Amino acid sequence: MDSKLTGSSRRLPRRLAQGAAALSMLAMSIFASSASAEVNTTGLAVTDTEVVVGQLHSATGTMAISETGSIQAERLAIEQINAAGGILGRQIKVVQEDGASDWPTFAEKAKKLLERDKVAAVFGCWTSASRKAVLPIFERENGLLYYPTFYEGLEQSKNVVYTGQEATQQILAGLDWVAKEKGAKTFYLLGSDYIWPRTSMKIARKHIENVLGGKVVGEEYYPLGNTQFGSLTNKIKLKKPDVIFAAVVGGSNVAFYKQLKAAGITADKQTLLTLSVTEDELLGIGGENMAGFYASMKYFQSLDNPNNAEFVKAFKAKYGQDAVIGDVTQAAYLGPWLWKAAVEKAGSFDVDKVVAASAGLELNTAPEGYVKGHENQHLWSKTRIGQVQADGQFQVVFESDLIEPNPFPKGYQ
Amino acid sequence: MEWLSEFGAIAAMQGFNGLSVFCVLLLMALGLAIIFGQMGVINMAHGEFLTVGAYTTYLVSVLTLKYVPELQPYYFFVAIVLSFAIAGALGWLAEWALISKLYHRPLDTLLATWGLSLVMQQAFRSIFGAREVSATLPDWLMGSWMPTDTIDIPLNGLFVMALTLLLTTTIFVLMYRSRWGLQVRATVQNRVMARSVGINTKKVDRMTFALGCGVAGVAGAAFTTIGSTGPTSGSLYIVDTFLVVVFGGAASLFGTIASAFSIAQTQSMAEFFISGSMAKVLTLSAVILILMLRPQGLFTAKVRK
Repeated sequence: MDSKLTGSSRRLPRRLAQGAAALSMLAMSIFASSASAEVNTTGLAVTDTEVVVGQLHSATGTMAISETGSIQAERLAIEQINAAGGILGRQIKVVQEDGASDWPTFAEKAKKLLERDKVAAVFGCWTSASRKAVLPIFERENGLLYYPTFYEGLEQSKNVVYTGQEATQQILAGLDWVAKEKGAKTFYLLGSDYIWPRTSMKIARKHIENVLGGKVVGEEYYPLGNTQFGSLTNKIKLKKPDVIFAAVVGGSNVAFYKQLKAAGITADKQTLLTLSVTEDELLGIGGENMAGFYASMKYFQSLDNPNNAEFVKAFKAKYGQDAVIGDVTQAAYLGPWLWKAAVEKAGSFDVDKVVAASAGLELNTAPEGYVKGHENQHLWSKTRIGQVQADGQFQVVFESDLIEPNPFPKGYQ
Repeated sequence: MEWLSEFGAIAAMQGFNGLSVFCVLLLMALGLAIIFGQMGVINMAHGEFLTVGAYTTYLVSVLTLKYVPELQPYYFFVAIVLSFAIAGALGWLAEWALISKLYHRPLDTLLATWGLSLVMQQAFRSIFGAREVSATLPDWLMGSWMPTDTIDIPLNGLFVMALTLLLTTTIFVLMYRSRWGLQVRATVQNRVMARSVGINTKKVDRMTFALGCGVAGVAGAAFTTIGSTGPTSGSLYIVDTFLVVVFGGAASLFGTIASAFSIAQTQSMAEFFISGSMAKVLTLSAVILILMLRPQGLFTAKVRK
C-alpha cells in the first residue's frame, strides 16, 4: 500500500508528492499495529515482524574485487542477527542493490533504497568517491549509512556511521611504531594518485617532520592502474630510506610488490609499512612476494581473541575454507551489529534516535575487540601492526591502545 | 669512488628498466598491431584477451601444483603455449560470430568489441570470482641476477625480454617471409584485388584476428610475472597499447617497435627524475604534440592511393 502510493506519486509535482507521502504514512499508521507505530514514526519500512535494510556495494565492475568481502560480511552479520531473534523482535530483510563501480549509479540506487524501499538503514559504499556521491541523498532523505572502509577523514555527517578507521587512527600509530621499534629516521612516501593516498601522506609528512623529527626523502604518486615500477625501485635504492611508507591500491599493488621483490628490495634489507594491503590484496600479490613487510590496520584475520575465532569460523563455514577476511570486511561485519545495538538502545528505528544512540555505544562482541562509538560518528579503535607471512596471513607484532577518532586533525592539514 | 660505482650501478639498472618497459609495451602492443594495424579493426577487447592468457597461466599453475608438483618449475612453458591456443581460439570465435559482420562499419566494431570486453570481464568475474588471483611463479623466475654487488637485474624482466624477442622475430618471419604473410599484406592493401587473384580473404581475416588474440594471450601469460591477474587487469593495459600502436603508425610493425621504444625510454627516464604521475603527463603530452605534427604516426606503410 505504502509503496504503491509513493510509487505513483513520483509523477506528481513536489508539493502534491509530499502530501501523498504524508497520506501514505497516515495510511500506514492506521493499518500497522501501534507497536510498529511507536518504534517507527518516520514512515520507514518496518512492520510488526520485519524491518527492511539496504545493501549498496559494487557486485560488478572494477571495485567488485574489494567490495565482495564487505557484501559477504554484512550478509553474515544479518543472518546471525536474524537467527538470534532479529531486532526488537523483527527479522531483517535485505534489499541488495549493485552500485556497479559507477558513482552516479550509486547515487541513483541510494535514492531508490531511501525513497522507494524506505529502508531503515543502508550498509554500503567502499570508495570515498561512492560515499561522496550518495552523501547528499542520505542527508536530504535523512537516511542512515554504515560505511566500512578506512578512509582519509575530513568528513562527518550525521547520516553516516563510519565503522572503519579515519586516517589519523591508522597512520599515526603505525609511524610511531616504526620510529620507535625500527629507529626509522628517513621515509619514502608513496601512493596511487587520488584523494586517499594524498591526504594520508600529507598527514604522514606532518607527523614525520613535526612530531617524530624524521625526514621525508621522497614523496610520489603513480596513476591508478600503473604497472611499471622499475624507475621507482631504482630511486628507492638511490635514496636508501629507512622506511617505505606505501598506499598503492588495486592492480598496481600486485605489480608494485612483485617488482620490488624482483629488484631485490626484500624484507631482510628494507622496512616497508603499508596502509593498503589486507588479506584480500595478499591473495592477488601472493604472500611469498611480500613476506616480512608490515601493514598498519585495525584488524587482521589472525587476531587471537574468542570473538574473532568465532567470526572466522562462521565466515569460513559460510564462504568456504579458502575465504580470507581483511580489515574492511571486519568493519563491514560491525555495521549491522552496531545498528542493532543502537536501535535497541534507542528503542526505535527512527534515524535521528538511532544516530543519537550511536554516540557512546559500546560493543564487546566485535572481532577486533572492544569498540566504542564517538560523538563524531566514528569508532574508537586500536591500531595493529601485522607482519606479512608467506602463507598470506599477518602476524600481529604490535597493538596500540584505544585511539580516539579525529576526522579533522588540527595541525595535520 | 664508491659514489661513482653506485651511480654507475643505478644508471645500469635504470637503463635495463627502460628496456624492460619497452619490452612490456611491445609485447602488449604486438597483438593489437596485427589486428588494428593490418585489419583496421579497433579491438577494444584486446585487454581481455591478455587476461585470458593470464587466467590460463593461473589455472595451469594451480593444476600443476595439485597433480604434478614435481613439474612445477616447467609449467610456465606449457602455460604460454596453452594461453596462445586458448586466446587464439576465442579470437577465432569472436571474429566468426561478431567482427566478420562488421568489417565495413569501423565505429560499430569499436562498440561491439567494447561490449565484448564487458561481457568477458563479467565472465571472468563469474568463473574465477571478483578477487585477484596469483599464479605461483617457479623459483627461477623470482629474484634477481646480480652481476656485481650493487646491480640487481630482475629475472622476470629478462624473461619478458627474451619472450618479446622471440615473439617479434616469429611475427616478422610470418608476416614478411611466409606465403600466409603475403596474403595478409595483399588483403590489407587491396581487398578486392586480393580476392580476385584467388585469396580467400575471409579466411585470412579470421586467421589474422586469431593470431593477434593468441599473441595477446602470450603477453597476458608473461604479465603474470610482473602484474596482477583479475577480471579487469586487461583494462590496465588497453590505453598504453593503443597509444603505442597509434603513435607508431597503424599499418607498420616497425612503427610499433619504434614507438614502444621511444615511449618506454621517455617514460622511464622521466619517472626517474620527476614523480610517477608527472612522468605520465609528460609522456602523453609529447605523444600528443608529435601526433599533431604527424597525424599518421611515426611510420606509415607506403601504399599507392
